[in-house]
Amino acid sequence: MKIQEKVINEEDMDRTFLNDIKEASGSTEIDICIQCGTCSSSCPMAVYMDYTPRQIISMVKNGMRENVLKSFTPWLCASCYSCQVRCPMDINITDVMYAIKRKAVEKKTYPSRFAIPVMDKEMHKILTHNGRSSEVLLMLKLFLKTRNLIGLIKMAPLGLNLFKTGRIGLKKESIKNKKQLRQILKAVKEESQ
Amino acid sequence: MSEYIYYPGCSLKTSGRHYDESIITVFKELGIELKELDDWNCCGATASPSVDEAKTSAITGRVLALAEKSGKDILAPCAACYMSLKKSKKFLENGSQKAEKILKALEDAGLPYKANVNVKHPVEILTKEIGMGKIKAKVIRNLNNIKIVNYYGCQIVRPFTEFDDPDYPTQMDDLMDALGLDVVDYSAKTKCCGGALTANLEEPGLRLNYILLKEAKRKGADAIVTLCPLCLFNLEITQRKITKKYKEEVKIPVFFFSQLMGLSMGIPKEDLGFSRSMIPLKKFWEKVENGGSK
Ligand code: SF4
Ligand code: SF4
Repeated sequence: MKIQEKVINEEDMDRTFLNDIKEASGSTEIDICIQCGTCSSSCPMAVYMDYTPRQIISMVKNGMRENVLKSFTPWLCASCYSCQVRCPMDINITDVMYAIKRKAVEKKTYPSRFAIPVMDKEMHKILTHNGRSSEVLLMLKLFLKTRNLIGLIKMAPLGLNLFKTGRIGLKKESIKNKKQLRQILKAVKEESQ
Repeated sequence: MSEYIYYPGCSLKTSGRHYDESIITVFKELGIELKELDDWNCCGATASPSVDEAKTSAITGRVLALAEKSGKDILAPCAACYMSLKKSKKFLENGSQKAEKILKALEDAGLPYKANVNVKHPVEILTKEIGMGKIKAKVIRNLNNIKIVNYYGCQIVRPFTEFDDPDYPTQMDDLMDALGLDVVDYSAKTKCCGGALTANLEEPGLRLNYILLKEAKRKGADAIVTLCPLCLFNLEITQRKITKKYKEEVKIPVFFFSQLMGLSMGIPKEDLGFSRSMIPLKKFWEKVENGGSK
């Protein structure tokens, strides 16, 4: 057995990480977390996460940048805001999860073959390009990127059901004034860099 | 002329088409002609805020600015759209440097945003602005033998609590009650359906929806009533798999509140999108027929 330290020492902590997440999430209260666990016990997805919401908050506070940015936890967050409305210290936990996701996308540290980040990225791409999302296009892209053919085949009965009830659009949805949308998106991109 | 501009969002044009159909029909019956916001774009739902903050605010900002031009308040039936627009409004009006940059980009594209628009959900409009009296006066069909539970989901009540209580809202219950339906209390009314995760992650998706369906069954409900297109979608698509996995029959119709509103007002079911249900409605219609007119 390899003998390893099971703790993170002070010199291993990234002191800039807390501020990065504060700035990206707009939640300046992260460091007043009292570790009460209300968030984790309110979270419907906590049992599937690699770190619970309470742990994630502590890890952000203590500068565990790498572990946080590689975690599945933010991608398993369903954005239900249960934690956020119940936190006794008014920490915007859901917004922290969103901020972690954006940082992980920026640094490309998200779990790459996991369906959720791939789906979010593809959907964002489609809807910023066309102004609207198109389900069929999204499904195809998703299964191409995750190389999950079985998944695609499994979706077929659902697709058929949606088709039969007239609840799926096969054509690519788009807005008329794409030029205007592109202009706005270009401006905010340049500005935010 | 109505005081509202209608923002359907992507879901109401695809998987939640019967929400779009029934909302328009019901408001028309109440004397309000809903005009769709011209050239609206998607709100970004939970995908865009996971990828790019500035772009998310830019696309939601475009919707807010377009609506503001019309001089009317936004009527947004989709819970995710409602929440995204509210969140964006709060962000754009917070005076931060980040917000100012987005506002400038919008203005340069001919869409100045002056914070003169409100975002409202049709349930709020119905209960608080149109009023129960006017709605009750339209009810001609007796549905008091139809037992329902009201499911609100997350995004309509959280994180913003202007709509109702974040854990135990009652607005939709009051509305359904006014229509004469047999409303039973539903402890799972704001528990999460898994949102966008459910269609992609089977295990948590089935588990979360099992909790919701089982509780509705336990209460003896004939149907679950909701105001969110993604909730309805998840509750429908998981039923067969849940029955198989947990060896428990959970089959139950899921409707938009507006569909039952229209039904109680005597609007033909063909105009309310009932044929779009993925769950068989034979039993439900039998029960409705047994009710008779008021
Ligand atoms: S609920 Fe708030 S204070 Fe309690 S552990 Fe979670 S983040 Fe910290
Ligand atoms: S918002 Fe995310 S982290 Fe918070 S309770 Fe819901 S799923 Fe859990």
